[in-house]
Amino acid sequence: MIEVQGLTKRYGEKTAVDELTFGIEPGMVTGFLGPNGAGKTTTMRCILGLDYPDAGTITVGGRDYHDLGYPMREVGALLDAKAVHGGRSAYHHLLCLAQTNNLPKRRVGEVLELVGLSEVSKKRSKGFSLGMSQRLGIAATLLGDPRVLMFDEPVNGLDPEGILWIRNLMKALAAEGRTVFVSSHLMSEMESTADHLIVIGRGKLIADCSMSEFIARSSGAAVRVRTPMAEALIKGVTAEGATTATGGDGAIEVRGMTAEAVGDIAFEQAIRLHELTVVRASLEEAFMELTASSVEYHAAVPGAAPTSESGA
Amino acid sequence: MATTTTPGTLLPSLPAATGRAGLRGAIASEFTKIRSVRSTYWTLAALLLVSIGIGAAITGGSAANFSHNPGNKAGFDATQTSLVAFFEIGQLIIAVIAALAITSEYSTGMIRTSLTAQPRRGRVYAAKAIVLTSLALIVSLLTSFIAFFVGQALLSSGGVSASLFHSVTIPRNANVTCPQQGPGGGGGGLPPGCKVVFSGTDVIHPSAVLLAIIGCALFVTLVAILAFGIGAIVRHTAGAIAIAIAALFIIPVLEQALPSEWRWDIMRFLPDAANQVVSLTIGDNANPHLWSAWPQLGVTALWAAALLAAGAYLFRKRDA
Repeated sequence: MIEVQGLTKRYGEKTAVDELTFGIEPGMVTGFLGPNGAGKTTTMRCILGLDYPDAGTITVGGRDYHDLGYPMREVGALLDAKAVHGGRSAYHHLLCLAQTNNLPKRRVGEVLELVGLSEVSKKRSKGFSLGMSQRLGIAATLLGDPRVLMFDEPVNGLDPEGILWIRNLMKALAAEGRTVFVSSHLMSEMESTADHLIVIGRGKLIADCSMSEFIARSSGAAVRVRTPMAEALIKGVTAEGATTATGGDGAIEVRGMTAEAVGDIAFEQAIRLHELTVVRASLEEAFMELTASSVEYHAAVPGAAPTSESGA
Repeated sequence: MATTTTPGTLLPSLPAATGRAGLRGAIASEFTKIRSVRSTYWTLAALLLVSIGIGAAITGGSAANFSHNPGNKAGFDATQTSLVAFFEIGQLIIAVIAALAITSEYSTGMIRTSLTAQPRRGRVYAAKAIVLTSLALIVSLLTSFIAFFVGQALLSSGGVSASLFHSVTIPRNANVTCPQQGPGGGGGGLPPGCKVVFSGTDVIHPSAVLLAIIGCALFVTLVAILAFGIGAIVRHTAGAIAIAIAALFIIPVLEQALPSEWRWDIMRFLPDAANQVVSLTIGDNANPHLWSAWPQLGVTALWAAALLAAGAYLFRKRDA
C-alpha cells in the first residue's frame, strides 16, 4: 500500500532520514519503531506530502500522495492531535475537512458517534483533554473511510482507558482489511498491537520483519526446558549448535534453537521433558539492543565514568 | 469468528466517488473555517464599530465646528470625512482578519491537517484567497456605505452633507470680514461680529460620491489581500500584522521626514497612497503629487498581487 524508496530528508545540516526503503502491507498493523529523533515523524510527513524529500520516492496505492483523487478516501492520518484550531468546534473541524474531499455531511456525525464525541461536538476543541483531542483526530482520519491509516505516537500521554481504546480500534481497523501504520518509541506498546515491525534508528532502517521474526531474531529468545535427564539434553542440543545455561531453579535455557527443534531432539534421544517453553525475550530489551547504537540522545548514566565529548 | 468484527462494521461505508478533490470543496471548507471561529466575528465587529463609530465622532465634530465657524464649510469634503476612519483605521483591522486567515493555520498546527486532507496546495491557497477576498469585499462595501450614511446624517445640519441621489453644491472659498481690525484667525471660532463671505462653488455629483464609497471599499479589500500575502510569507500572526501596520501606517509617517523634492516620488508607489485620492469627491482638494484614483488604486493592487503571488510560491514550495 505504501512504498518508500530511498527516502532521504535533510533539515539544514542534519539528515533526519537516510535512504530509507520499506513497504507497508494491507490488512495488518505495522509498527513503526525507533527511539525519539529516529526520523519516524519525518518519514510520515514525507509520505503525506507535508515535507518534500531530498531524495527518493514514496507512493500510496501506487501513486504520489499529491496525485490522489480524494486523499481522505485513501489515507487517514493523525500526526498531532493538537494540530487543530482550538477555537473551532469539533463538528466544524470535521466538517471543514470533509468538505475538502466532497464527503457527505452526515459522515461527520457518524465519526463523532464512533469516537464518542457526539455530546461535545459543538464545544470548541480548545477545552478538550488530550484523550478527547486524540479521539477527534482519529474521527478525522476515519471521515473518508480510508484504506490506509497512519498514526504517529497515538497513545502518548493517554490514560490506560484511552490506550486500550486506541489499541482495540487499530486492531479492528486492520481486521477490516485496512492498512494500519502506527509509530511509537515504546516497544511495549507495539507488542500487543503490531503484526509487522519496521524499526529505524538515526534515519536508517534497522529491521523490517514480522513481530515473531523480530522476537526470534533478538538474542534474548530462548527455550526453557525442565527435564530429569539434564545432562543428556544439554549434550544433545549443544551437539546441534545451541548454547545452554542452567538456571538456579534447575531449568535449562537453550539459546539458538527453536522449541520444536529441542522437542525433536528430546524425542529422538528418548529424553523425558517436564517443561518446554518458549521464553519470549522482553521486546523492550530486544529493541533497546537493536537500537542501542542509534539512539539520538544518550543520557549520561548516573554514577558512570564521566564521558567527554571527544571520548565517544 | 462469527461474533468478532467483520469488515465494514465500524462505520457505514461511503458511496464510491469519481473525480478528484477540487477547488469547490476547498472553497466550501475555507468558508466553514472562517465562519466557525469567534475571532472572525470579533474582528468584523471591531471593523464596523471603529469605522462607523470613529467616523461618526469625526463627522459629528465637523458639524459642531460649522456652528462655531461656518467658514470651514468651504471646500469641505463630506464624503471623505465620513470615510476616513474606515480607510485609515479600518484597513488595519481588515489586515488582522486577513493575516489571521492564514497564520492561524500555522500557529495552531491546523495547516498540517488541512494539507493532508488536500495536498494540492495551490487549491488550498486559492480557496483561502477567494474566500477571504469575497468576505473582505462584502464587509468593506457594507462598512463603507454605512459609515457614509451615518456620517452624512450627522453632517446634514450643516448643509454640506454629500448625497448619493442628487448633486450638492458647496462653497469653494470663504472670506471672513470683520468690522474691527481684521480676522481673529486663531482658535477656529468665528470672532464676534465677523461675517463669512463665500465665493465660488463646487458641485459634488452623486457619481463621485458613489465612486469614493466603492473606491474605499476596494482599497480596503486590496489591503486584505496584501496582508494575506504577508501572512503566507511570514507564517506568523504577530509578525504579519506588524509588517502590515509598518507598510500601511508607519512608512508613510516616516516618509514625511524626507526632503520634499523626492518625497512624493516615493509616496506615489506606497500601497496606502491610494486611500487619499480614492476617497476624494472634490477635485480641487487632490494632492497634486499623487496620481488620480484608479492609477493610485492600481499601485495598491500591484502590491497586493505581488505579495499574494510571493505567498503562493512559498506556500507551495516550503515544507508545511
